[in-house]
Amino acid sequence: MSATTRTPTAPESRTPSKAARLLGDRRLPVLVTAALFLAMYVAGLSRYQNYGFAEPQVFLNLFIDNGYLLVAAVGATFVILSGGIDLSVGSLIGFTTMFTAWLVERQGLPLVLVVPIALLVGAFGGFLMGYVIQNFEIQPFIVTLAGLFLFRGLCLVISKESIAISDSSVSSLAQTRVPLGLGELSIGAVVALVVLGVAFYVLHYTRFGRRVYAIGGNEQSALLMGLPQGGTKIAVYTVSGFCSAMAGLLFMLYIQSGDPLHATGMELDAIAAVVIGGTLLTGGSGFVLGTLFGVLVLGLIKSIIQFEGTLSSWWTKIATGVLLCAFILIQRTMTTRRQT
Amino acid sequence: MTTPTRWRALTHHHLFWPVVVLVVLLLVNVPFTPDFFSIRMTDGHLYGSLVSIVLFGSPLILVAVGMTLVIATGGIDLSVGAVVAITGALTCSYISDQADQSALSGVLLAMGLGLLAAVVCGLWNGFLVARMGIQPIIATLIIMVAGRGVAQLITDGQIITVNSEPYKLIGGGYWLTLPFSIFVVAVVVAVTVALTRRTALGLLVESVGGNAEASRLVGIRSRRIKIMVYMFCALCAGIAGLMISSNTSAADGNNAGLWIELDAILAVVIGGTSLLGGRFSIGGTVIGALVIQTLTTTIYTIGVPTQTNLVFKAAVVIVVCLMQSPKFRAKVFGAKRGGTTPQAQSAPVAEAAPKMEVSR
Repeated sequence: MSATTRTPTAPESRTPSKAARLLGDRRLPVLVTAALFLAMYVAGLSRYQNYGFAEPQVFLNLFIDNGYLLVAAVGATFVILSGGIDLSVGSLIGFTTMFTAWLVERQGLPLVLVVPIALLVGAFGGFLMGYVIQNFEIQPFIVTLAGLFLFRGLCLVISKESIAISDSSVSSLAQTRVPLGLGELSIGAVVALVVLGVAFYVLHYTRFGRRVYAIGGNEQSALLMGLPQGGTKIAVYTVSGFCSAMAGLLFMLYIQSGDPLHATGMELDAIAAVVIGGTLLTGGSGFVLGTLFGVLVLGLIKSIIQFEGTLSSWWTKIATGVLLCAFILIQRTMTTRRQT
Repeated sequence: MTTPTRWRALTHHHLFWPVVVLVVLLLVNVPFTPDFFSIRMTDGHLYGSLVSIVLFGSPLILVAVGMTLVIATGGIDLSVGAVVAITGALTCSYISDQADQSALSGVLLAMGLGLLAAVVCGLWNGFLVARMGIQPIIATLIIMVAGRGVAQLITDGQIITVNSEPYKLIGGGYWLTLPFSIFVVAVVVAVTVALTRRTALGLLVESVGGNAEASRLVGIRSRRIKIMVYMFCALCAGIAGLMISSNTSAADGNNAGLWIELDAILAVVIGGTSLLGGRFSIGGTVIGALVIQTLTTTIYTIGVPTQTNLVFKAAVVIVVCLMQSPKFRAKVFGAKRGGTTPQAQSAPVAEAAPKMEVSR
């Protein structure tokens, strides 16, 4: 598949015009999403100019309010790039909020200890799912579905009611703001950006990243090339589990409680963000920076609907669905163009 | 020699393990509720645990039957939960707008509208999958995300309650001493089985699931079959939506049919239909759906805290999938069985045979 090779430019003879070269560029989906984000932002600026939309803080709030989603979507990007899918993200986030709230509030453990435990548990959960997927050749869809049930069930086993967190270290951490001159970011947003940076480095500048793309592009070829495909696959799900747990911690910080129903269906938000960000669901093609724009677009829909005021919350769902549809169709026409 | 071969034929029947699981689950209840299998007659209605399992499992059976055909074509439909919500919302809001909510013609029209909306959703899914060539998970994700929003839009974010005698019948009424929904399910299952096993339709569906491109070259209109299958699945989900909203006499855009797509996929998998497509078993799916409903009931009757329901479900998914994985069977049972290779001769695990030989 020419779509999956990593050559920076296509052969001269096949790209006669500039337009054709641009259409064949794998960065195009990301550029389209970025352009859409800008267009939406400008539209918001012109419409809500008098309501403070132009404040830089409104832009920074996108990161503060969606940091957890960004982290979860980064994990999902790894899985989707490798050609798999992880449905356990939302449940694992919910479980992490519940688990950490329980450890902090009911068991009195210090936050310093709880954070690594939660991350380890998440990574281990992802590892287990990856292990089953790889070693028993069961479809990722069904294994992570079992994971979804399992973690949501474990949430409810811990407690049926939500646990409010009154721990002082958590609330002080949640209220800490990092000044940026024009505005400020929360700790959660900073962590999310760091995770994004690390993921960018890992995917584009390490051997592991290359393997993820190779497996997603064509598993058979990757295997024949002698890539350690099994280990990579398991690692991808471990990364996703780790990111989900991290997202759970950020969500816990953002909302300062654990609830068995937190983050229900967030795996779909994460997948939607990845798709809107231009990553192909067949795997092997996409950028983690696109995922950032995907999350920002989803976040901007929410804040525009908040600014609009009269629109009800269900419009968020409809708008997300319509956008998702538009992006999938754009992707589809682009991939068929490339194949011909 | 006849007894072992018969036994092998029985244990290798595709419904053997699902039925065993169902029977075991039913028997587990007996020590806790001694009269579990008894069915009594009260007020001219039949009551009993078995009846209620089928009654409460009806919407799931319907959705799962539709899902089976979609999965048989190598697809998957995540939007069924949203379709359930849309159908319930549309039907209930139409009924509640009428002066006489119990007027039969109005109720029938409302149900027709709801089912029409469901079929349109299915057509859209099928169009995206078959015409645009989009992966089924993603194509149906669109309605899964947007559909609940649409359902809330229809009900204006409220839970619409209706008070309509004829409408109550579908999900909560009785007919000939049995819950009416059981008859609805029976008719849908019978029609599906007749269409897929008495005509060539089932074979065509399996052929499309096996290899859509090859089927097309052979002359099967694989795109049209795929679109039809998604429409049928959505129709089944629509009927389930009518049943759910009729049973509670209310339409809840947010929670109606929540997670039902996952339960339905689970039922299909337990029933032995491979998610890879190309083969399906409606009977297995019905048993799979009953297994899930029995599991839920059992958890209630045993007195295990209901919140562990999902953990049990997860355990069942994992065990069933592991048992169906040829690689797992080869790893766990392959070594013990030694020289005998009965699996290698049976078709379903033929793919695993070469690997098993290498490992020995």
